[in-house]
Amino acid sequence: MNNIKNAILGLLCSVLMLPAAYAGTLDTVKEQGFFNCGVSQGVPGFSNPDENGNWSGIDVDVCRAVSAAIFGDADKVKYVPLTAKERFTALQAGEIDVLSRNTTWTLSRDAQIGLEFAGVNFYDGQGFMVRKDSGITSAMELDSASVCTNLGTTTELNMADFFRANSMAYEPVVFEKADEVVNAYDEGRCDTYTTDKSGLAAQRTKLADPDAHVVLPETISKEPLGPVVREGDGDWADVVRWSLNAMIEAEEFGLTNSNVKTTCAITSNPVVARLCGKEGGTGAGLNLGDSWSYDIVSLVGNYGDVYEKHVGENTPVGLARAGSPNASYKNGGVLYAPPAR
Amino acid sequence: MRPSKFSNFIFNRTVQGTFYQAITLSLVILGVYYIVQNTAENMMARGLASGFHFLGVESQFDIGMTLIEYSPTSTYFDAFIVGLLNTLLVAGIGIFFATIVGFAFGIMRLSSNWLIAKIAETYIEVIRNIPLLLQIFFWYFAVLRALPKPKQSLEFMDSIFLNNRGLFLPDPNFSESSSVIFNLFWITIVISIFIFVWSKRRQNRTGITFPAFYVSAALIVGVFFAALAATGFPVSFDIPELKGFNYKGGMKLIPELVALTFALSMYTAAFIAEVVRAGIMAISKGQTEAAKSVGLKDGLVLRLIIIPQALRVIVPPLTNQYLNLTKNSSLAAAIAYPDLVLVFAGTALMQTGQAIEIIGMVMGVYLFLSLFTSIIMNLFNRITKVGER
Repeated sequence: MNNIKNAILGLLCSVLMLPAAYAGTLDTVKEQGFFNCGVSQGVPGFSNPDENGNWSGIDVDVCRAVSAAIFGDADKVKYVPLTAKERFTALQAGEIDVLSRNTTWTLSRDAQIGLEFAGVNFYDGQGFMVRKDSGITSAMELDSASVCTNLGTTTELNMADFFRANSMAYEPVVFEKADEVVNAYDEGRCDTYTTDKSGLAAQRTKLADPDAHVVLPETISKEPLGPVVREGDGDWADVVRWSLNAMIEAEEFGLTNSNVKTTCAITSNPVVARLCGKEGGTGAGLNLGDSWSYDIVSLVGNYGDVYEKHVGENTPVGLARAGSPNASYKNGGVLYAPPAR
Repeated sequence: MRPSKFSNFIFNRTVQGTFYQAITLSLVILGVYYIVQNTAENMMARGLASGFHFLGVESQFDIGMTLIEYSPTSTYFDAFIVGLLNTLLVAGIGIFFATIVGFAFGIMRLSSNWLIAKIAETYIEVIRNIPLLLQIFFWYFAVLRALPKPKQSLEFMDSIFLNNRGLFLPDPNFSESSSVIFNLFWITIVISIFIFVWSKRRQNRTGITFPAFYVSAALIVGVFFAALAATGFPVSFDIPELKGFNYKGGMKLIPELVALTFALSMYTAAFIAEVVRAGIMAISKGQTEAAKSVGLKDGLVLRLIIIPQALRVIVPPLTNQYLNLTKNSSLAAAIAYPDLVLVFAGTALMQTGQAIEIIGMVMGVYLFLSLFTSIIMNLFNRITKVGER
């Protein structure tokens, strides 16, 4: 009888004690030797697997940068492909540690659903794609169109706003997965396909005849896309935020993936020396080693390296950087990182 | 030593039983309390919104097919109702067609005609063994690919249009004076019911049959059109017109609805066919032979002798199939049919982030729908039950 009583008491105590064993994400990640990064199910240039299952893209490189900063190895990351609908729940539930999946920073997401945005790695805006033979040249000609888009995105709200503001009618056709949207648009279910312009450029490569389609000039929304972490774990948010900032600052000061070794050996510029991890001890505040930013640049690259490699003009996605908001603030863009010191 | 009153009490079986049950129950309650408490605390700690206030807030998104008035300024609760009605619509139409097709194939499979029986068997075996989601995709993209673009629509009599945006039908508008016609319509239906009752009674009394079905059908249709002609056709049609990209006006059936109901009814029909076959085969051959020996024709044997007895075997598993169809309708999200799961557990969930409340509501709806279907079918079962003699 006593045994049963003890067993029950023990069980009760162990159940009630569980939350006490909760540790910070950074410590947990360091202990287990990797972290989980939530990515898309395949958006070329942003996060896309190749035939061997290796992920690449600018969203993927944010996770690789975080991995490089923590472990000095860019590949201690497990990628978890998620639909737009699943992504926040996966992050809240702890299934992933960083969500880097072309996610728009909005007030309600930041304040209401337990997310913390760690920065912006791509400034985007929503656009429309139509068939060239439809003869349409402006989004204002889309009255009564059928519009294909994705479930669970800001896109759905923006298009409702856009058509309402311009007193136009439309028929929304909303799919759960991006591939289904592309398929239905390709089959002619819709007159236009709407999502972030970078997404349109990326998904266009999946169409049967990419050249038969054109992206309309209008941009109907602001879509600052960036990595997201759980709310309430500031240390972890700092690591992700500064990994991204370091990539941007490295570009500003001319530290690239190819020259980082030689430049760091001879530099006399104190900012560059800090980025190289030779001065300033910037790692201590983040609970990282001092070479964290050097590792990011040497293993992953600076923001410009990553941009040109995955979405730049010489890639199938082909998004020109000059003149876009994604250019450095020195070149008329809005990319501006706080100083890493 | 005599056992004391206390030990009598302790070793009493009822007391012991009650004691352990009380412990189990309190453990369960504690467990539930712990889960609820912990969830609430974690949600607070992570800054997650909770509660049902969001239901009164403007949704700010659009829905492709709505049975009630709905716009982005409607509330999340309206979006919930829109999704719910769309789910009910698909389930209702699906159950209707699945039952008809299922019964037809079930009976066909038992046909003595080799070709008919094989056709039914092939249909059942093929459809039953392919995952439903694939069938939905198949029908959706088959439908989309087979149909022309809006500008090359198939036309019927310049008023019905079919293209890959859907089926557009004229919407009848009845003017004031047409109420006469509707009153006459209802009157003829009441008369038909009397004809059925009268013919049944007379048959019971004298054995003489009366073609009640044909007579009342002729009466209803005949009087309806006679009245239409007499009042000079007081009906105008709102005919769909090609404006811009799509047809406007009239009634519209979106391809997602067509593909989904088609796939759901075809799939469930294959299972219902097997249920019907099992029910019919459960009736002993003697019943058929006895019925034939009193001179009933094949159709009558099936309708009067076999089916009424088979129903008691058929109804319980048939209920299962109806429940499956209703729940399977949630696969709609894959092909953009705006059902409850897509609209409410999809878009609304994403915009509010209140997963627990929304998923709870959606689960409640499916639970209610399933229990409701069960109750109806159980009532039907009680009515059709054959008393053992």
